Amino acid sequence: MSAPELYLLERAGREGSETLSVYHGSGGYKALEKVLKTPLTQAEVISEVREAGLRGRGGAGFPTGLKWSFMPDHEKDSRKRYMVVNADESEPGTCKDRVLMREDPHGLIEGCLIAAFAMRIDAVYIYVRGEYRKPYNRLQAAIDEARAAGLVGDAIMGSEFSCEIHMHKGAGAYICGEETGLMESLEGKRGHPRPKPPFPAGVGLWGQPTTVNNVESIFNVPFIIDRGATWFARLGSEESRGNFLCGISGHVERPGVYEVPLGTPAREILEDYAGGIWKGRSLKAWFPGGSSTGLLPPDLIDTPMEHDSIKAIGSMFGTGAMIILDETACTVRASEVLARFYDHESCGQCSQCREGTEWLHQIFRRIEEGGGSMEDIANLERLAMGMAPGKTICALADAAAIPTLAVIKHFKNELVAHVEQGCCPLKANTARAQEVRV
Amino acid sequence: MAFPAALQAEFEELIKNYPDRKAGLIPALHRCQEDLGGWITPEIMEDCAEFFGLEPVEVYGVASFYPMFKLKPQGEHVIGVCHNLSCDLRGAQAVLARVIEKTGAKVGSRSADGKFTVEVLECQGACTNAPMFDLDGVYHEDLDEARVDEILDGLR
Repeated sequence: MSAPELYLLERAGREGSETLSVYHGSGGYKALEKVLKTPLTQAEVISEVREAGLRGRGGAGFPTGLKWSFMPDHEKDSRKRYMVVNADESEPGTCKDRVLMREDPHGLIEGCLIAAFAMRIDAVYIYVRGEYRKPYNRLQAAIDEARAAGLVGDAIMGSEFSCEIHMHKGAGAYICGEETGLMESLEGKRGHPRPKPPFPAGVGLWGQPTTVNNVESIFNVPFIIDRGATWFARLGSEESRGNFLCGISGHVERPGVYEVPLGTPAREILEDYAGGIWKGRSLKAWFPGGSSTGLLPPDLIDTPMEHDSIKAIGSMFGTGAMIILDETACTVRASEVLARFYDHESCGQCSQCREGTEWLHQIFRRIEEGGGSMEDIANLERLAMGMAPGKTICALADAAAIPTLAVIKHFKNELVAHVEQGCCPLKANTARAQEVRV
Repeated sequence: MAFPAALQAEFEELIKNYPDRKAGLIPALHRCQEDLGGWITPEIMEDCAEFFGLEPVEVYGVASFYPMFKLKPQGEHVIGVCHNLSCDLRGAQAVLARVIEKTGAKVGSRSADGKFTVEVLECQGACTNAPMFDLDGVYHEDLDEARVDEILDGLR
């Protein structure tokens, strides 16, 4: 493995990495200075991000610069405009944004300011999941420090550019990671996703133009502005550029959040970064990018970790969070755990999702406990097909259906074995502490 | 009833962050739960309704939607064990069993002495340091049974 160029985690882990002095000392706020002192125009900033080819790191992989360009022309639309940073990181397996916010909060703040400049944003809200207290406190302290240094608030760096950044706490609902559910929640309501269209760039927070971006996406921006689109485009693969934070968890020797060039084969991440499968065991199944992307079999582990290659094998890059299952793990048990999760997190607006997630949970549980039938397996598939794609207001139903269809496609033998043997063949490895109905 | 003066002042500041004061509701519920006894009482809902210009049932609708808001009294210490996939793969059930054994609390309720509430949580975003639990708002990660003992014995 040749050593890749790293930037995302350059400061993380350093003594005082969360402070303004360490951030300044390592070139921090240089990109913002370049924007404001050159000065660059709004269009130049957006075009640099577009040319760099940055794709959103929150799950959909949508080009960030293109998203920014959807914000209405300020000369024709004088409404207030908002930016939301989606830091409601809740996709099972995903814990990368937490590292950035905790270890390098000024990097996110600088990215917010540059994005806010480019889109003429009046106020930025960073919506952090409520459980992330330490990252929240670190970010709040960094914003206070930046404000005292004239980097947040009025007339930033003595320029005409002013921008407020507010922290906002969520309260533990996965659905608020969906951008319109997030906006409802930020307005103080239940996190019920809104039908689209209208899209947030036209009608967002409080009905105003709004852009919603993931933490890691925004974190990339100062590097692109400082080092240039050409530098960024050299990193990663042709269609998915730059490095990404890969959280790898489950049955590996060294679980962790690693900075990896996009396009690195999943096997290399598993073996070289995470030290391979733990306890000398072999690979049974893996998720490429969080639980909603579905289980894949071992023979696909050489697939490059980037959006198009993962899509080509019938899955999704998602948040790039790999979850690894060794040979002793039970894919039915894993499916039951995730079905329980989606059942718990469905907001209840759409009947396909509200009822479907509950049924998936009950059926996977019954099969895992040994009471399942072949009809149950057929019903799993029928249910999943009835829930997705595109049959509901948001994609939570899809997120529950995809892993269901994936386990039937790749691990049907294991479902059948549970039915035929009337128990979980791997029960010893999957015992519950007690019966917990959620 | 009304909020204590310090919270009232804090909320007056909070709502300046938003063009519509209702947006302050969820952050305010967090602060109430932290400072006013660990759960969202009917009185807190009424006070929030008055402050934010809502009906009490609207506040209830919000508070009951979000898992972090507790609608019944909690133990002196609240332990939330993550039982989602990454934690499950690395021994969350053993951690949960140990927590139950040490505290005498059943999942979802308080121990008889009122000292502990134990709950199970969905993914807490600490997957690469699984298994984990949240104890009174602080993450404890890379747990095993010995570490659970050490942490819980430290509380007694």
